[in-house]
Amino acid sequence: MALATEKPQSDRNSAPEPGVEANSLKLADGSKVAVVGGGPAGSFFSYFLLDMAEMMDLNLQVDVYEPRDYTRPGPASCNTCGGIVSESLVQILATEGISLPESVVQRGLDSYVLHTAGNSAVHIKTPLKEKRIAAVHRGAGPRGIKEMKWRSFDGYLQELTVSKGANVIKKRVQKVVWNGGRPQIETKDGHVESYDLLAAAVGVNTAALKAFEGLGLTYKPPKVTRTYISEFLLGHETVEKCLGNAMHVFLFDMPRLKFSALIPKGDYVTLCLLGKDIDSELVGEFLDAPEVRRCFPPDWEKPEDFCHCSPRMNIEGAVEPFADRVVFVGDCGVSRLYKDGIGAAYRTAKAAAVTSVFEGISADDFRQHFWPACQKLETDNKVGGLVFMATRLVQKLGPARNGVVRMVSGEQEKEGSKRRMSGVLWDTFTGSAPYRDILARSMHPAVLASLAWNIVAGLVPFTRKNKRGDKHDT
Amino acid sequence: MTRSALGKWFEGGEAIVSQGEVGDCMYVVEQGEVEVVQGSGEGSVRLAVLGEGEFFGEMAIFDRDVRSATVRALGKVQVMTVDRVTFLRRISEDPSLAFRIIKKMSGRIRDLNNELTGLKGKALE
Repeated sequence: MALATEKPQSDRNSAPEPGVEANSLKLADGSKVAVVGGGPAGSFFSYFLLDMAEMMDLNLQVDVYEPRDYTRPGPASCNTCGGIVSESLVQILATEGISLPESVVQRGLDSYVLHTAGNSAVHIKTPLKEKRIAAVHRGAGPRGIKEMKWRSFDGYLQELTVSKGANVIKKRVQKVVWNGGRPQIETKDGHVESYDLLAAAVGVNTAALKAFEGLGLTYKPPKVTRTYISEFLLGHETVEKCLGNAMHVFLFDMPRLKFSALIPKGDYVTLCLLGKDIDSELVGEFLDAPEVRRCFPPDWEKPEDFCHCSPRMNIEGAVEPFADRVVFVGDCGVSRLYKDGIGAAYRTAKAAAVTSVFEGISADDFRQHFWPACQKLETDNKVGGLVFMATRLVQKLGPARNGVVRMVSGEQEKEGSKRRMSGVLWDTFTGSAPYRDILARSMHPAVLASLAWNIVAGLVPFTRKNKRGDKHDT
Repeated sequence: MTRSALGKWFEGGEAIVSQGEVGDCMYVVEQGEVEVVQGSGEGSVRLAVLGEGEFFGEMAIFDRDVRSATVRALGKVQVMTVDRVTFLRRISEDPSLAFRIIKKMSGRIRDLNNELTGLKGKALE
């Protein structure tokens, strides 16, 4: 985007409109707030803004611009995402008073299964044996769905914001410009309205960010990479039988493939692949791997036509995602590397809402109170880069891979053991803990010593423990 | 349709936490009701009945002391466990997360004050 050419402050000489205290850049009774984008970031921002404004006796008008219809399946409602609500976010939302209903959660996950080439699968359970990861569909369901048994996750969050008092405007925003120092929205059908505050929550998978170029901000969009997501219809019973309530993670040494997982939903299983230039050939190679075949019924064949997409994913945060009266939340601002994008949307959206209500809506307010939350994620992502580099190394090096599998198998066999490596892998794959915490735990002398022992022991044939993996077939 | 597909189920009468034990988590009631009881046997006193959306066990998170009461399921109950580390880490990042907890705890103190006033009034009669 272009460098700043016009600042809203230049227009402050114009008479203050009702809703904002003159020149104070603070929300006041009657302030109007526009939220562009009604995905998780937009909904969390609206929900917490209204919640905290109510506490402060502020009556705000919040308009959420979202053209998607969350009752229609396929691209009409899909927000192109693997659809995992992390363990930490599920707990925090419960604390916030937001419990995800069964009509939205297609499956509660309580474990994961680690698949590596040449080893038996290892089933890793949480110590509490509690379903605290939610597998959802962001939209109403994949293209071609026959029966919609579950509701859209994004639609549910939108309903929450409406219950708090937000207005949903089903219009596509075409242009945002300054008008009298305030952001003004123009929709595709000619609707024009000015606001005291604008929150952009448009993600990185639409052309909506272009609409903000007219503001001339110093904001630069995030760097992105492509992922691959597809949905396969297996039916509830088959999903239950073949995959259970576990996320299946595959550590394969396949060229161009960084990370792969199968997520069981209600009637569907979601395939998520991360890597470079993922094409149908790589998808086919992955699905033909014996370890993957075992997660599907023996007679299953990849259908000719199925719902799939290659969405963009934020891998490096935006530059200066704020200005006077403008803030960027969720994926179009700063997110978490590879994991827990919905959790990152919650954090940045809430930080922006808290700042707007309690501090103010100037660029300085957002820099002081919203930006630290984004920077914390960005710093952690740098550590995350190291964690995923180590994971890829383990994928490539057979002895290290076997050592990890052997160590985790041993931990799972012993009731009451500390299960250090299982915990490290759990948090890496589920996105439930900060990467710095994961790295610190993986560097614990006890973990390194045990891993070294398991790598060496794994190289020695016919030891008693080398037979372990057979007991953990799923 | 149940309220949530997540969390853990407990049968009626089952203790979710027991008085005197060390705790490192709190709980949110997802579905059903629980009773909070102090003491045991005939001398036990029911302190409260908590329903959906209410939480318990938060005192052990903040004061690191043992559980001050036993919480039992009243019928079939679904609860979500919230880890101490997850909760405290998030509060340190976003203190506003504590608003809801403070509001609920304020409500409980208000209830206790009312009960205390009632008891003192009876004692004076």
